[in-house]
Amino acid sequence: MSFVKIPTPDKLIAIRYEPPETSWMDTPTVFRPGTWSYSGAAKNLTALDMPNPRAWQPSDEDWKLPENWQQIILEGMRERLEKYRSFKLFMDICVRCGACADKCHFYIGSGDPKNMPVLRAELLRSVYRRYFTESGKRFGRLAGARDLTVDVLKEWFYYFYQCTECRRCSVFCPYGIDQAEITMMGRELLNLVGCNINWVIEPAANCFRTGNHLGIQPGGIKDMLEFIADDIEDRTGVRVEVPLNKKGAEILFVAPSGDYFADPGTYTCMGYLMLFHEIGLNYTFSTYASEGGNFGLFTSHEMAKRLNAKIYAEAKRLGVKWILGGECGHMWRLLHQYMDTMNGPADFLAEPVSPITGTRFENARSTKMVHIAEFSADLIRKGKLKLNPARNDALRVTFHDSCNPARGMGLFEEPRYIIRHACNHFHEMAEDTIREKTLCCGSGAGLGNDENMEMRMRGGMPRAMAVRQVKEKHGVNRLACICAIDRATLPPLMEYWVPGVTVSGVHELLANALVMTGEKDRTTDLRGQSLEGKTVDETL
Amino acid sequence: MSVEIRCALSAFLFYREVPPLGEEHLSKIEGATSIMNLFISLIAILVLTLLALGVAFSAGLAYLLTVIVPYAAFALFLAGFVYRVAKWAGAPVPFRIPTTCGQEKSLPWIKTNPLESPSGLPGVIGRMVLEVLLFRSLFRNTRADLYDQRPVYGSAKWLWFFGLLFHWSLLIIVLRHLRFFIEPIAPWISGISAVDGFFEIGIPTLYLSDIAILTGLSFLFLRRVVVPQLRYISLFTDYFSLLLILGAVGTGLLMRHFFPTDLLQVKNLALGWVTFSPVVPGGIGKVFYIHLCFVFVLIAWFPMSKLMHAGGVFLSPTRNLANDNRRNRHLNPWNAPVKVHTYEEYEDEFRDKMKAAGLPMEKE
Ligand code: HEM
Ligand code: SF4
Ligand code: SF4
Repeated sequence: MSFVKIPTPDKLIAIRYEPPETSWMDTPTVFRPGTWSYSGAAKNLTALDMPNPRAWQPSDEDWKLPENWQQIILEGMRERLEKYRSFKLFMDICVRCGACADKCHFYIGSGDPKNMPVLRAELLRSVYRRYFTESGKRFGRLAGARDLTVDVLKEWFYYFYQCTECRRCSVFCPYGIDQAEITMMGRELLNLVGCNINWVIEPAANCFRTGNHLGIQPGGIKDMLEFIADDIEDRTGVRVEVPLNKKGAEILFVAPSGDYFADPGTYTCMGYLMLFHEIGLNYTFSTYASEGGNFGLFTSHEMAKRLNAKIYAEAKRLGVKWILGGECGHMWRLLHQYMDTMNGPADFLAEPVSPITGTRFENARSTKMVHIAEFSADLIRKGKLKLNPARNDALRVTFHDSCNPARGMGLFEEPRYIIRHACNHFHEMAEDTIREKTLCCGSGAGLGNDENMEMRMRGGMPRAMAVRQVKEKHGVNRLACICAIDRATLPPLMEYWVPGVTVSGVHELLANALVMTGEKDRTTDLRGQSLEGKTVDETL
Repeated sequence: MSVEIRCALSAFLFYREVPPLGEEHLSKIEGATSIMNLFISLIAILVLTLLALGVAFSAGLAYLLTVIVPYAAFALFLAGFVYRVAKWAGAPVPFRIPTTCGQEKSLPWIKTNPLESPSGLPGVIGRMVLEVLLFRSLFRNTRADLYDQRPVYGSAKWLWFFGLLFHWSLLIIVLRHLRFFIEPIAPWISGISAVDGFFEIGIPTLYLSDIAILTGLSFLFLRRVVVPQLRYISLFTDYFSLLLILGAVGTGLLMRHFFPTDLLQVKNLALGWVTFSPVVPGGIGKVFYIHLCFVFVLIAWFPMSKLMHAGGVFLSPTRNLANDNRRNRHLNPWNAPVKVHTYEEYEDEFRDKMKAAGLPMEKE
């Protein structure tokens, strides 16, 4: 990872929290390199039938907007105000108490007042007032209203692509005003006139065609999984099978594609395969539904639905009983809060029951999809796994609650339960930085691209500093998480702010500790690093 | 105001000591954002007060204020409130999107958090009661600061405390006012007044709620004026709402403690309103008219302003929905079919590659 283009950490941390002299309506948006993402490529927009495909960049003067772009946006706003109570209500009831202001990691990391959730919302609210409220129409600026101009549109783009839709602000707001919801609306509106970022649109386009964000075709998926199985054999001496598109399997397993594509996600994937092999699960991967992640969620509700449809469709085609989902954040926001509503009812599936323990997953009765942390926690609880946590003794682990499982699902205890049984050294970060108050990796919602590196390091700073604290206090050297975007974006964040801390999924830790039938003497962990001579310095 | 005082105030209002400031830091705070919105609100309140004075000294306008305006303001309030809430309620909730602030109900042996992540209606009601009566979410408030090149999150419950103080005392004051409208005075109203005046300080007794609301309002107002970030986000309506309430409270206190009003007359007037036979009172104090002016403007302003959060808080989909998404299906009334990429299309496109990889297929 190259940080040459961005300021050094000690420069970046010199953040001032005073607002500028000019009022926010009069402060122009500057597209500073390192703080924004490249535009969506025309070919990807075309592939998804999205409007206004063209060559342009946010740093251009002319954004090549359609002639009637204002009309399109305002019409889109009207439609959404009628379709989403959340949008209408959140436009109306903010009292500007400021409780949300310093809760956003982008504000903490940048000091830019427009990164206060309340002001991020006002960017859109001011236009809402101008065109949709009497006071705004009559009193204009006095009522906090302003015209929709090209500069306003550019400002939206800059700041709605500086929000990771993490919902931290919503936890603290006395009315639960959720800037993630407003950002989603803002991005939908921007998409109506073809203003989006490639890091979102390309994965979405890939996902539509090949079933996964990375555009991996069927053979490629098979190769990658086989390769991972080879690695498992190398480390454990056990050959695991990789069932793909298998009709009649009991369970369809859907993971984020990042987990079989790149380190350190692949180690988590090894963990899944080893676990399923060890308990003798009758399951299958699918090449068609080869991605649970869904960058449609960062585009529009419609796109989210389009990309999500394959999961139920594939479950039906393969005739499985229920679906199991891997470790991924936004994937689970979608699966938990949207999938059933969008593409259900899943009446062709059965209420999930663990074939190993007989546990009924009552909480997934309707959606029929279970989180792997729930599944594995149950296995451990029922004593179905033989674990040797000493194999993780070289690690001092802390756990990063990924935003979506935390604030869009309430999954807090299961991953911790697994970690506590798989590792001997587990240390929580400071209370204000975990669980429902968890701080974002700073790169979610499509912002994890290289050109946006400065903003990512800023947005991730609060998380990184919380890690640094446990590193200094307890010698923590491993940051565990249950999100594929985290596994891709936390390593550079650690490298920049807290060198010496590596990142992994929870199932990598579990599989390190998992004693498999017929395994050879395990001398290395899943990463091939020797287990020997690595006992932790107990004086720390 | 001197910079030092402002920093000290800012530290108190924004809840903790601030780090020592460098030179350029000071100049920045001093010159920070325009306070136009504050000035305009102050002017608006001043104009309102002058108008009220005018009313107080003119018999014809007094008629308007005591006979016509009460009904107009109340009608505006009712119609406006119902209209706003109906508008919100009329918009569907396509997705169930509670912000989960605690453990979901999952495996039976895992301790769930029924109030922060409710799994059903009782939990939702509990969550809403906490939110509305105790400002649960605001209680979480922290203040982020950089110390020693590291963000720290200090406890910051002052906003919660003074906000709650203000709202509760407002409620008590409104309830106490019912004694003018109901004859004979219901025992619970006298009860509230008695408790409120428990300490019997001064004559007439100083109500605790009066001190509380003044304290609460002053904090909220000062905070908005003094804290640079707050000033930066504040609109006209934010200052105006506070000043309007301050105006009503201030004149109320003046009347009670410095310019006594004929309470019998007030009661007759109020009873006249509720029996739809209002009469212009004679010889009622001037301050009373100003008080009425503020109150009626507040009532009429309410439904058009951010004060409607009082109605909106109940409808917030991130708070008033259960986190039972996977247990019970939520219906989207406008759920429409979308263009998808079917498995058949996928297999058609990748048939050769799937074959080469030896993957099972629908059609060989
Ligand atoms: C269901 C009833 C209500 C609830 C749950 C509620 C809740 C809140 C909360 C949590 C805040 C933010 C914290 C604060 O600034 O105090 C607030 C602010 C405010 N509320 Fe209410 N409120 C309610 C009713 C009312 C009513 C009836 C009024 C006035 C007539 C009112 C006037 C205000 C004002 C003026 C503010 C802004 C304070 C500021 O500018 O800092 N509220 N409310
Ligand atoms: S916490 Fe809520 S009400 Fe307060 S400023 Fe933020 S969004 Fe507005
Ligand atoms: S959702 Fe997260 S990133 Fe977006 S404004 Fe809120 S706290 Fe900031």
